[in-house]
Amino acid sequence: MFAYIVRRVLATIPVMAIVALFVFSLLYIAPGDPAAVIAGDQATPDDVERIRASLGLDRPYLVRFGAWVWDIANGDLGVSIFTNLPVSTMIQQRIEPTLSLMIVTLILAVSIAVPMGVMAAWRQGTWIDRAVMGFAVLGFSVPVFVVGYVLAYIFALELDWLPVQGYTPLSRGFWPWFENLILPSVALGSVYIALIARITRATMLEVLQQDYIRTARAKGLNQSGILFLHALKNAAVPIITVIGLGIALLIGGAVVTESVFAIPGLGRLTVDAILRRDYPVIQGVVLLFSFIYVLVNLAIDLAYTLFDPRIRY
Amino acid sequence: MAASAAAVAAPSVVSAQGGAARSLRVIPQANLTSVDPVWTTAVVTRNHAFMIYDQICAQDSKGEIKPQMAEGWTLSDDKLTWTFTLREGLAFHDGEKVLAKDAVASIKRWARRDPFMQVLIGNVAEVEAMDDRRFRFRLHRPVPLLTMALGQTQFPCFIMPERIASTDAFTQIRDTVGSGPFKFVPGEWNPGQRAVWAKNERYVPRQEAVDGLAGGRRPNIDRIEWTIITDPATSANAMMQGEQDYWEYPLHDLLPLMRRNREMVVEQRLLDGTYGVCRFNTLQPPFNNPAIRRAVAMAVDQRDYLRSVAGNDPDGWGVCEGVFTCGTTLANENGSEVLKTRNIERAKQALAAAGYNGEKVVLIAPGDYPQINALSLVTADILTRMGMNLEVVSTDWGTLVQRRASKEPVERGGWSIIHTTSSGQSLTLPVYHLFLRANAANAWFGWPDEPEIERLRGEWVQTGDPAESRRIAEQLNAKAMESMYYIPLGFYWQPSAWRRNVTGVFRAPATVFWNIGKA
Repeated sequence: MFAYIVRRVLATIPVMAIVALFVFSLLYIAPGDPAAVIAGDQATPDDVERIRASLGLDRPYLVRFGAWVWDIANGDLGVSIFTNLPVSTMIQQRIEPTLSLMIVTLILAVSIAVPMGVMAAWRQGTWIDRAVMGFAVLGFSVPVFVVGYVLAYIFALELDWLPVQGYTPLSRGFWPWFENLILPSVALGSVYIALIARITRATMLEVLQQDYIRTARAKGLNQSGILFLHALKNAAVPIITVIGLGIALLIGGAVVTESVFAIPGLGRLTVDAILRRDYPVIQGVVLLFSFIYVLVNLAIDLAYTLFDPRIRY
Repeated sequence: MAASAAAVAAPSVVSAQGGAARSLRVIPQANLTSVDPVWTTAVVTRNHAFMIYDQICAQDSKGEIKPQMAEGWTLSDDKLTWTFTLREGLAFHDGEKVLAKDAVASIKRWARRDPFMQVLIGNVAEVEAMDDRRFRFRLHRPVPLLTMALGQTQFPCFIMPERIASTDAFTQIRDTVGSGPFKFVPGEWNPGQRAVWAKNERYVPRQEAVDGLAGGRRPNIDRIEWTIITDPATSANAMMQGEQDYWEYPLHDLLPLMRRNREMVVEQRLLDGTYGVCRFNTLQPPFNNPAIRRAVAMAVDQRDYLRSVAGNDPDGWGVCEGVFTCGTTLANENGSEVLKTRNIERAKQALAAAGYNGEKVVLIAPGDYPQINALSLVTADILTRMGMNLEVVSTDWGTLVQRRASKEPVERGGWSIIHTTSSGQSLTLPVYHLFLRANAANAWFGWPDEPEIERLRGEWVQTGDPAESRRIAEQLNAKAMESMYYIPLGFYWQPSAWRRNVTGVFRAPATVFWNIGKA
């Protein structure tokens, strides 16, 4: 197992290298010029050229790529073209809100969606099943920002229970931190809940047809024991896979959610950087997201062994 | 003087040490990405700079230049030496006195980037400190516009300590020490989320009442906190719920909602409107033909554009069919008859007469700039109705900014028409009127080449006589209308919104936060 983990961690290096090459190359060929944005309308072409030179944007592709890779190898993600702040500092400033949002959403989604899916499978064809599936369709169909606006209107503007926007760091207390995350997490989690609930239901329906379930029932095992100890454990592998894949969904959804609820996270940092063509920030954040995604996949692969003893690495 | 100034400021200020600090929570127009107002021309950076820096002189509400850091200035009889004297008691945030050498270094750095000063600098022999409080400009030729350049609002000359101002004008500074009424709090700056300023307790404001950007700049609040909220609906909700106090640029669509709320004040704060501009690429067909440009102008009805941006309320916008900002000294409509045609059929006839042969027209519209995008779509509709072979390229501002620099034909990534907006301030005088310049390769994108415009502009810079100045402005307007390398699209007002307990809000050419408190 240890050797497997080491192999997988080492395997992230070429993956990250390919990601780095793609990110850098795509940004290089993408239209946009940060020097022109910085210089403003009044600048002469000479001014723009001088700014471009001062930022090193006039250097050849290979020189820039080589310098960037060398810096990354030395743990330096570079400096933002616009703010002149280190990219690592900007990421540090923004990572807590995004991680908070993703973790709360994940916990919320899993704790709601899995029981919903199990219940729908157990009561297949009943109103519970139809209600769960109806919710799932709704969750898939309604965009995150619409859910966000509706929630903000009801719970912040009309009922005045929760704040409209913003983020409070966890260091200032649990409740101030949590109250700012409730509406965004519910909004972001709606798609995720729908996805996990549907997969859980489908997998559970398949497992519940198995002989060993019939045997468990024949032995007189109670229903909750059958559902959660025997069936759910055997249905866990596809569910965990979907949860893991859904991390990418969360990252994408976080961009929209952070905008709607004015959460200063990595999603907004990425969008702002893209709109301004702040290349070092875009490259740094995309690399970070890729790294997180690779690690999540590794964690999921390892989690398989907990639920399916036949899987060994 | 310092004591009396402090006494003026004191009654309305609760000390941060004496209780909970009073904060003004502001939703600014954009994210503060850079703190150097020389390095970038971003308006949001300029607004930040107004808080932390001071100016030698500044514009009042009538557009006149008044002393600010300067006690005053004198002009020698031969008009070749301007001598400025700084007020006593001026100090930077780090406690160092403001000296004439700081002003000189700051002027030199700013002059390397400011287009206005670039026009005048050829006439300047030297800028030098005479002692701690006095500095002078020695000139080759008289420069009547010197104080206007120093006190302008578009690209203000902010005074920094010499050690900072000696940085190359193309290198971004990080040190935010100034001598203005507020101090930047770098530790709380999180670009994209928040920026914070604290009251400068040692600031010595002028004794005069605030008047535009002139007069006493009294910091009447302990802290100013900018929160970057990119979504207009969220901004409106945050304002109505009392989570924010001041919203600089509310979206026009949301103004009725804000006005219905009793806790909100929605008013025009900026002195000038925002002007729309439709710009042709004069290097490439079909708009290398002035007759075709004029044909399009004949179809333009500014009211359609302004309604698309600012709604149907006619108080929210105004028609302005000349190149200079309406209501200012040089505004005129000499030769603007073509803009009063407002008739598609006549425009189509003029287009045919001009020899349009179906050449492809590429109009670039920035989807992430709602106002400019709306202007672009109205032009697209006009061109379609005129029967032109139009391709609308919808993209983001970052891409547009790069593509507009291309002089290539449209088939090779070039463009035919772009739109933009400009503050009215920037269009008041020929010397810094960006869109009026017609000096070919050095002109703004579209690169019109009209030597007569440049000659008139040069003539205007040299004249100090108001009547002559006006005569030249009328000729400039007529020539610009004849060449029509850009179409003025009128102006709209951009109101601001604030909570009713916010006090002391005044009209000014820029969004500034001195004199403002909270009840």
